[in-house]
Amino acid sequence: MRHGIVVRIGPAGFRIGSDWRVPIDQLQALYADYPAPEGGVADFTVRLEAVRPWRRVVRPSVRLAGDYALPDALPLPLSQGLLAAEMGMNLQMALGQRRFLLLHASAVERDGRAIVMTGESGAGKSTLAALLQRHGWRLMGDEFALLDPATGLVHPFPRLISLKNDAIAVAVASLPDATFGPLVQGTPKGDIRHLVPDARAIAQMDTPAAPTLLLFPRFGGGADIRPVAAAEAFMRLTQASTNYVTLGERGFDALTRFVTTVRMAAIDYPDMPTAAAMIAELSR
Amino acid sequence: MSAAGDLADVLADPTRCLRLDPAGWTALLTAARAERLIGSLAHRLDGLDIPLRVGAVLADARADAAAGRCRALWEAEMARRALNPLGCAVILLKGTAFVAAGLDAGRGRSIGDLDILVPRDRLDAVEAALLTAGWEWVKPDPYDDDYYRRWMHELPPMIHRDRDAMIDVHHTILPPTARITPDPAKLVAGAESLGSGLSVLSPEDMVVHAALHLFADGDLSGGLRNLWDIDRLTREFAERDETFWLKLAARAAEHEAGAVVARAARQSYDLFATPVPEDWRTRDALDAFIRRRLLARDGWGRPTRPVTRFCFYVRSHWMRMPPMLLARHLLVKARRRDGP
Repeated sequence: MRHGIVVRIGPAGFRIGSDWRVPIDQLQALYADYPAPEGGVADFTVRLEAVRPWRRVVRPSVRLAGDYALPDALPLPLSQGLLAAEMGMNLQMALGQRRFLLLHASAVERDGRAIVMTGESGAGKSTLAALLQRHGWRLMGDEFALLDPATGLVHPFPRLISLKNDAIAVAVASLPDATFGPLVQGTPKGDIRHLVPDARAIAQMDTPAAPTLLLFPRFGGGADIRPVAAAEAFMRLTQASTNYVTLGERGFDALTRFVTTVRMAAIDYPDMPTAAAMIAELSR
Repeated sequence: MSAAGDLADVLADPTRCLRLDPAGWTALLTAARAERLIGSLAHRLDGLDIPLRVGAVLADARADAAAGRCRALWEAEMARRALNPLGCAVILLKGTAFVAAGLDAGRGRSIGDLDILVPRDRLDAVEAALLTAGWEWVKPDPYDDDYYRRWMHELPPMIHRDRDAMIDVHHTILPPTARITPDPAKLVAGAESLGSGLSVLSPEDMVVHAALHLFADGDLSGGLRNLWDIDRLTREFAERDETFWLKLAARAAEHEAGAVVARAARQSYDLFATPVPEDWRTRDALDAFIRRRLLARDGWGRPTRPVTRFCFYVRSHWMRMPPMLLARHLLVKARRRDGP
């Protein structure tokens, strides 16, 4: 392809090719501090390609393709090319990753102990993970927690943090020294802006941690903590996993071990300082 | 050389992979995924001194293929349980047959839907038994349904409501409208029992089916994978039985498939160095063009050679239907696309 970049995020190497320069330049800037794939071989390939040859120039429209793709995915305008690339990398993990059980969750770590936070889109798991960086936590990832069926450890996948709508202003105010990507407007999920994880998250992208707490956070309302039973957590995590079925027995064993060893709670939080205090308390 | 060409070379002779640089490896893995041959590649390269990262990707591919094999055999067992009371032959086809019969062609092979062949006069009973056991229609469109039943070699596809798995029930191996007419009674009569209530086609019929599927029933998408089946099958059968090629020629003639099987053997010889008898290697004008189509894939996994692809797309419809039927079919499909 005309333009390309390779990058490694935790255990996965990616090769992203594009018919246009702009998304690749943006990726290059945001992933500048990330390593290259191990041995130069990428696990996954993502393509940002014009839906028709002339659509590279006329009303440019990005079709997302790669090793793994959804057959009925709608093309995106070129102004959302960076988002397309990120979606493409997520899709490779979601559909192609076999070594880990993928949980659609954010994760942070302190003193070798990991907290996994899962919930519906909009529950605030990305924002929580991003802002907990300021409270002494290492960001492991805002999209996927990678559970190793062999060891039970959580492995990091610290890709760019995807902030949406109101969370953007909150993060910009709280993390004034952080690197942000361009504001991508009018996406199916509203406005999106990417945040580069801090240096520690990138430097320790190969360091796993033992999970100790599973949270189901929900933004809004008064501060509240409710216990969650293992069976309910198990069912909700099968929904939140993209490859639970594919992994078969390995997936079942990994998830059973996870929900029977970690502490679990659902929390409602009105603002960030309250959430940080609640999480510090729960992880004690 | 295209990335698909490199893939074919490495499948034929795995030691050729030792010359690849990191970019070459990435292209090979991508092309293998796009051609649904990554599992087969993983088995071919098992035990070779390959880069660590490639080894990890291929180990995942092997695990994936093992899980796919398990699912395919389970689906076959589910069909067996549903159809066993009917007492008719249930013959597994394609990938499921290869793994159920323990053939080399099944090693690492990606397997999609369950394909079975049953005697035509039992079709209604089979359909009823599957509906009772939880399979449902995928396309409840009256035109499609009618089209399948009148002109196709299989029932409209069905999907199981609990397991989300598709089954294609065939009564022969090519549409009745195709120029070539294989003999389904002979396929059923020649089938070999697996001892479980399920059967597979005889070795010769298996190759005939693979060749027809590749060259007489489609636009050659996924063709490289189907040709790899032919390489694996003929190698294994010829090793077991030195008269295999003679038997294959005779059997192919009985199904009007002599030319198609010979074409498949030639392509397999050209791309995978399959040990095909010398008198099978006489070329024709179409061979180079077909080869061009089979290898139309670049190192980014992109389909290439759009004009060649389009020609084979047109050819696939031309072979499958007489002109008037084709015209009517395209008209109905076009109207539907424009419709409300």
